[in-house]
Amino acid sequence: VAPPSGKTEVPQAAPVAVFKLTADFRDDKDPNKVNLGVGAYRTDEGQPWVLPVVRKVEKIIADDHSLNHEYLPILGLPEFRSSSSKIALGEDSPAILENRVGAVQCLGGTGALKIGAEFLHRWHNGQDNTKTPVYVSAPTWENHNAVFANAGFEDVRPYKYWDAEKRGLDLSGFLSDLESAPEHSIFVLHACAHNPTGTDPSQDEWKQVAEVMKRRNLFVFFDSAYQGFASGCLDKDAWAVRYFVSQGFEIFCAQSFSKNFGLYNERVGNLTIVAKDNENLTRVLSQMEKIVRITWSNPPSQGARLVSITLNDPELFAEWKDNVKTMADRVLLMRAQLKAKLQALGTPGTWEHITEQIGMFSFTGLNPQQVQYMVKQKHIYLMASGRINMCGLTTKNIDYVAESIHEAVTTVQ
Amino acid sequence: MTFDFFAFIFYHIFLHYGSYRISVKHGCSCPFCCSSWWSEVQMGPPDPILGVTEAFKRDTNPKKINLGVGAYRDDQGKPYVLNCVRKAEAQIATKKLDKEYLTIGGLAEFNKACAQLALGPDNEVLKSGRSITVQTISGTGSLRVGANFLSRFHTVAKDVYLPKPSWGNHTPIFRDAGMQLKAYSYYDPKTCGFDFKGALDDILKIPEKSVIMLHACAHNPTGVDPRPEQWKEISALVKKRNLLVFFDMAYQGFASGDIDRDAWAVRYFIEQGHNVVLSQSFAKNMGLYGERVGGFTVVCKDAEEAKRVESQLKILIRPIYSNPPMNGARIASTILNTPELYKEWLVEVKDMATRIIRMREELVGNLKKEGSTLNWQHVTDQIGMFCFTGLKPDQVERLTKEFSVYMTKDGRISMAGVTSGNVGYLAHGIHTVTK
Repeated sequence: VAPPSGKTEVPQAAPVAVFKLTADFRDDKDPNKVNLGVGAYRTDEGQPWVLPVVRKVEKIIADDHSLNHEYLPILGLPEFRSSSSKIALGEDSPAILENRVGAVQCLGGTGALKIGAEFLHRWHNGQDNTKTPVYVSAPTWENHNAVFANAGFEDVRPYKYWDAEKRGLDLSGFLSDLESAPEHSIFVLHACAHNPTGTDPSQDEWKQVAEVMKRRNLFVFFDSAYQGFASGCLDKDAWAVRYFVSQGFEIFCAQSFSKNFGLYNERVGNLTIVAKDNENLTRVLSQMEKIVRITWSNPPSQGARLVSITLNDPELFAEWKDNVKTMADRVLLMRAQLKAKLQALGTPGTWEHITEQIGMFSFTGLNPQQVQYMVKQKHIYLMASGRINMCGLTTKNIDYVAESIHEAVTTVQ
Repeated sequence: MTFDFFAFIFYHIFLHYGSYRISVKHGCSCPFCCSSWWSEVQMGPPDPILGVTEAFKRDTNPKKINLGVGAYRDDQGKPYVLNCVRKAEAQIATKKLDKEYLTIGGLAEFNKACAQLALGPDNEVLKSGRSITVQTISGTGSLRVGANFLSRFHTVAKDVYLPKPSWGNHTPIFRDAGMQLKAYSYYDPKTCGFDFKGALDDILKIPEKSVIMLHACAHNPTGVDPRPEQWKEISALVKKRNLLVFFDMAYQGFASGDIDRDAWAVRYFIEQGHNVVLSQSFAKNMGLYGERVGGFTVVCKDAEEAKRVESQLKILIRPIYSNPPMNGARIASTILNTPELYKEWLVEVKDMATRIIRMREELVGNLKKEGSTLNWQHVTDQIGMFCFTGLKPDQVERLTKEFSVYMTKDGRISMAGVTSGNVGYLAHGIHTVTK
């Protein structure tokens, strides 16, 4: 009797869209091809960029023979966790001074969302909750749905966010979904540089959101993957997170250092937890440990060391901020140039959103057919949603991209 | 003014008492009311294994010994960074590689070499492409992905049979993935050895298609491994019972010092036609603990099935951590794929295993010197990093309290924490609490 393979019932799964896009781009032989897909920074030469400060700190680590490869604690490198939370909340955050901020080092922003979601499933709004609604923006990063669904939440729903017609924030829709959400619902908010739309609420709009969330007893879960990348200024990009904390909210904030440190493949993330007081925080962290232990036991050390050394050294910290500004500035430049070129070409429609949107991504407004045209005819790879990664634009390819968008808009319905 | 003052107070008491009544659990803004979102969250107990190290760190006794977590120590009791690791790191640094995301399944060169290490480079499975290996977050991450995979796709049976005892973290991992935990006899406390008959009797009763967990070598926590002839009988019985085999191999190289010998059971089972799933860790055998290097392999019936399985593993991994960390996998891959480094690694692994074997002998020797009349043969019979001393929980407690010797409550000690400098003291402590 042949032993069971037990796997005859394993169906082929569809590939993850954004990675398939990159794979297709790689296989494309066209000399004019442009990758505007996955969210990773590129230089004006279209190359990945390892931050100069990262190279410096790598050498510091390599030369330090007192370092070894021992296990980190379950919750991660302590210096990393505390300095990362300070980045999000501000060094002088009253919550930090009141000793009610804790953190879990996680594998990238995804890992931080995962651990946060698992905790909420176990302990939020009762125990082992599957029914509490989790609201994610319409649209949102596609992995948000899967993270919360896999953590056991049966009801992951959209909240209105993007207004396709006016190509901006649907504030009244957003607020009305907040008003009608069941109490204790979980809302995943993008701290800045909304992915994929690049459209953030203004400070005044955030205040309105906070007011409803407070009144309706909704849980605040920030996803902060682009701090520094949006405006080039860390503090400015953290305004929303800090505002909510100042209003007394207990929050989770999933931080990623993939983009702002360019440490994509080292999986550096931090789940910052702001609780009412230290006593609650302590119990929360003890339960976080149990979740981590059955997921990955303890997190990888290299990336956390890199970030921690940088954040805790004034000179290196200043150099990092400078590197971040370099990246943000190039993105801003590409935005300005793309808009200018489209306007010069007389491309139909309004293109203000290109410069009004913020961060790595832009929701162009191209429809699926127009996107297909871009990919198949012009070898310009972008997401079916019309999302482009501004970092994929360079001074060398921007004309080609602008012309192609023009063609798509004028010839494809 | 007094009236206003009291009115102010009463108004706020009423307001906040009122809102407290309406909703106990909410994160509101008022500074003097209501509970936190987390007031019902219970305090979790410290991890039984990792908690031992935390307790050890707090101890101020200069003679303290940490025999808790399985991390190798050299004869000075210091963490050991392998030379081949340092060399690999230096080599990698010169390449000035970028930090772009790995694919969900991880570094391809690592995955290939990882599978080859376990199965042997000329294995028919690898030649035919009928397996898939994904890079994972060390052994824990591998087990977790594996548990999630089986829970989702091995729907014919929900039961996982662990050896009694098994690594403490196996149970909560499989449980959280939605599997049911059962056990088969394994350790015989009377002999401190393998309960072969008990294991066979229990395996015979396992319902068809259930998952059976086997420790490939250096069983954790007992250090008791079946002999090859015993493995052969187990394989035949498992085949007869039509069970799905999940191998956990966290110590390849560490048990005997020989990576092929330590992988013998895995290779034998595959040869016998079991399409196994396998977790591997490089935490111990490459000393890459904190870099989190591991692999999860599924042996399938053909390459087409392997492709389907791969696609589903990606779907499972993406919502956990998207893609794995590069650093450790790059180091491991460099070592496995560079002949001189690979040779050097084999020597270093053998040296680590040899030191442990020597410490076992010295511990027994010292116990005899202390005058212990108990039978300590199991200490040298057992293999790998751990030794199941046979100490009872109260004896363990005494050993910790009176001698600052830290170990897990089940009597397990990590031989890696024993040195020529502390083995005498350890023997003295053990003898004191057991005489």
